[in-house]
Amino acid sequence: MSVLKLGVPSKGRLMDKTFDWFAERGIEMRRSGSEREYAAKVEGADVDLVLLSAGEIPRELQAGRIHLGVTGSDLVRERIPAWQDVVREVQPMGFGFADLIIAVPAFWADVNSLDDLDAAAADFRRRHGHRLRIATKYHRLVRDFLRDAGVADYQLVDSQGATEGTVKNLTAEAIADITSTGETLRANHLKILQGALVHRSQAVLFKSRAADWLDGRRDTLEDVLERLD
Amino acid sequence: MSDKIAIRAEAERLLAVFEAAGARRVDADLLQPAETLLDLYGEDIRARAYVTHDPDRGEMMLRPDFTVPVVQMHMENGAEPARYAYLGEVFRTQPAGSGRAREYLQVGYEFFDRTDPERADAEVFALFNEALSPLGLRPATGDIGILKAAVETLTTTERRKAALMRHIWRPRRFRALLDRYTGRAEADPARTALLDRVAADGAEAVVDAAGPEIGLRRRADVLARIAALQEDAGQPPIGRSEADVLDVILSLRETLPNAHQHLSDIAVDLPGLAASVDRMARRMEALNAAGIAVDDLPFEASYGRTTMEYYDGFVFGFVAEDRPDLPPVATGGRYDALTRVLGRGREIPAVGGVVRPELVRHLREGLA
Repeated sequence: MSVLKLGVPSKGRLMDKTFDWFAERGIEMRRSGSEREYAAKVEGADVDLVLLSAGEIPRELQAGRIHLGVTGSDLVRERIPAWQDVVREVQPMGFGFADLIIAVPAFWADVNSLDDLDAAAADFRRRHGHRLRIATKYHRLVRDFLRDAGVADYQLVDSQGATEGTVKNLTAEAIADITSTGETLRANHLKILQGALVHRSQAVLFKSRAADWLDGRRDTLEDVLERLD
Repeated sequence: MSDKIAIRAEAERLLAVFEAAGARRVDADLLQPAETLLDLYGEDIRARAYVTHDPDRGEMMLRPDFTVPVVQMHMENGAEPARYAYLGEVFRTQPAGSGRAREYLQVGYEFFDRTDPERADAEVFALFNEALSPLGLRPATGDIGILKAAVETLTTTERRKAALMRHIWRPRRFRALLDRYTGRAEADPARTALLDRVAADGAEAVVDAAGPEIGLRRRADVLARIAALQEDAGQPPIGRSEADVLDVILSLRETLPNAHQHLSDIAVDLPGLAASVDRMARRMEALNAAGIAVDDLPFEASYGRTTMEYYDGFVFGFVAEDRPDLPPVATGGRYDALTRVLGRGREIPAVGGVVRPELVRHLREGLA
């Protein structure tokens, strides 16, 4: 049988949990060499491990350079246009939970729903002369969500980090970000907007539709999938 | 599909038809400042246009249509009345795997005239009808002005009308608002709770207790909206019969004369509709005078509601009836409000349309 390439996150809790998840299903993974060397191997399956940053795994799946990959469902939806055509969700893995939500300043007592956000955005544009700014790094997910909800008069501004601080710094009026606890939101005087759960993310094992599945690789996949059941 | 040389030849032929009608040929930059387009169309345009970045001028878009730059050019230095024609590529991103064209030629005609808008509508429609006549296309017409007038006639607050008007191009949101204003939908419990707290403690105390003031949207903005919500809560719902009339208008699909007759009957009870229905009659006469067989011309009151965001009056399209896989061959309409937005204080009634020469060419080859 031929060897499959499996992309897994290269560091942190996501890597540890991925290793644990596969171990529970009889597939042992371990890092080879020193702690700092980005190499790893799999015991008992014809699988090559490729250690990558979680953010790069969607791109590698899309290009078909890896056959399987573990990453957040949010990243796949955000980074791969028409993602269902490009990858398939093999299995949700039950960890790495995080909600992509929209949050507004807590003192906006008048804004408690997407309806309110839309109306407040219209008022804001009239009073301040520009569209209400929402800071995020999840442009595609948030835009699709707000379009389906019929929210208008907003604009997305890019924020790659410390997004909760953008309102206080006057670079945005609201934010759309991943939150696992809500702690940081409260500390920055923001509240989650009800009905604005854009995406509930978790770690998922994805299969690339673009990768080369010839030369017995399908059999190897069947072999791996059997153990995962 | 036909090759690019043949499509361009078709485009030149269509452009010649427009120039023969008295239009001056104009052109526009391929790279358009993104800001203007985003302010007009909202964030959704990002998903439909190619966005690129210039180190000096910031975000730019590959021209998604000609109307905006042509209006800007006219507002800056145009004499009146003016007829413009243009030919060039436009760029639209498409869903993966849709097989739709991402760059294609558009040939367009825009007419700026404040003397007789209905005659201008008829002139543009008749011109497109003539240019496309060998193809046997099905025309479609509508009038966003009728919808706007129908909203205007509702017995309710200006604020509610403005909210409905703002979402006329988003049918789902429009429906949700209407259901709330007529009482067909349940009141939002979070809003009821807010208004109860405000009634008990006063708006200022409620806002102060919610959190410190941060960001550009000020405490005064929040208090103003709470006051507006309180006022709105005290308003009676929009009457059932009025909402029913609106539904009848929204679902109206008839020949133009029958649609006009129907709307005239409605206008007896709703005098606010009369001016728009009169305009419809004048347009029908002008179309007739321009040689259009109005008796068979289809009219759909909701036509153009989902696809043509900046049109606010007469709208039209031409589709190949036996080819539902193809987009409309031509579309157009009146966009007075767009000239107001782009004219910074000035405005001029305007109507125009675009043809896709590659579809014309393709259909002609099918006929040959």
